[in-house]
Amino acid sequence: MRLPLLALLAKEPAHGYELKQSLEQIFGDAYPSPNIGQIYVTLGRLEKDGLVRAVDVEQSNRPNKKVYYLTAPGREALDTWADEPADGPRIRDEFFMKLVLAPMTGLADRMVLINRQRRHYLGLMRDLHDLAERTAQDDRVALLLIEGAMLHLQADLDWLERCQEELP
Amino acid sequence: MTPPPVAGSVISTVNLVKIYSNGGVPVPAVRGVDLRVEAGEFVAIMGPSGSGKSTLVHMLGGLDSRTSGEIWLDGRRADTLGESAWALLRRRKIGFVFQFFNLVATMTVADNVELPALLAGASAREARERRERLLAELGLTGRADASPAQLAGGEQQRVALARALANRPSLLLADEPTGNLDSRNTRDVLRLIGEVHRGGQTVVLVTHDARVAGMADRVISLLDGQVVDDGTVGAARRRPRGTAGDVVELRG
Repeated sequence: MRLPLLALLAKEPAHGYELKQSLEQIFGDAYPSPNIGQIYVTLGRLEKDGLVRAVDVEQSNRPNKKVYYLTAPGREALDTWADEPADGPRIRDEFFMKLVLAPMTGLADRMVLINRQRRHYLGLMRDLHDLAERTAQDDRVALLLIEGAMLHLQADLDWLERCQEELP
Repeated sequence: MTPPPVAGSVISTVNLVKIYSNGGVPVPAVRGVDLRVEAGEFVAIMGPSGSGKSTLVHMLGGLDSRTSGEIWLDGRRADTLGESAWALLRRRKIGFVFQFFNLVATMTVADNVELPALLAGASAREARERRERLLAELGLTGRADASPAQLAGGEQQRVALARALANRPSLLLADEPTGNLDSRNTRDVLRLIGEVHRGGQTVVLVTHDARVAGMADRVISLLDGQVVDDGTVGAARRRPRGTAGDVVELRG
């Protein structure tokens, strides 16, 4: 969560609770709601690394709050992040291991493994359908993420089919 | 294990076989399928290309003849019917969505969709109202007066679905109904098929599309013309706790 926090601070200085609220607002249901403790821990580390700086702001009737600013090295880290392509998704290697090794050891039949895995993927797909239906139709970010997850599952299922065709 | 044909089943097949002949060489496409589909079920048939899934669903709709075995629809023997009897049966109770649309090129989109309802005995008004509703659901209202050749592939596919649903078939058979659609149009088609299913109609479709299969109650997998898996699709073991974030794992 380091880089999303830096990105938010590049927009404007903020304190921890404001960052939590921004994340919730921007990503809606699609982001696992960050816990405030986690945010403060991350901010502390960013501060230690010199990527952000904190300033105490006095408040009447309340304890001071810490407002965080992005530093020049923080800006640089953010630029590097923005300029790099993100890693591609990785293949579900745990299942592939099972698929290759299980028949060798007599642990399980390949066809049974593939069939079970297919049903599991389709069950996940069903969950995603339910989720899409429960998500507000104007929550574009959440809906796009769900669609992304569906397309990944599609690829997994296609690949499963290839395994079924190619492996004896 | 051969299931005896059951009166309550919408579809029942017994040791269904299809062997094509390729220059005198027999090519088995479907090799002994015993299948039973009950009223109101939503069944997806999956499998690699060449596994026999299209052939199977074509046989179920009487669009391809069987080599041997039996097909029973609503408790009546159907594989022995002649072409005109099949045509009558389809008109009365089966909607079929083809992979390659098969729209009538010389008719407008509106007429293509209204035709099955008119043939089935609907009044002109009923047919028109139903057509208007179906085209609206599929985002095609503006294309009613176009001819099929003027439409993009995805649009033709949606028209084909509207046509298949025009006479409110008790059984919808479809071969890759989303094969030519982008994500957004797939969503419209899925919504409509979901409605059809919730309305109590039986749906059997061949699909590669996991989004379609994920909506089905039951998935049948074919490989080399045989059923290798047949079971219900339940919720996954890892049940999402309620938000997209629990499923998509977006973490910075």
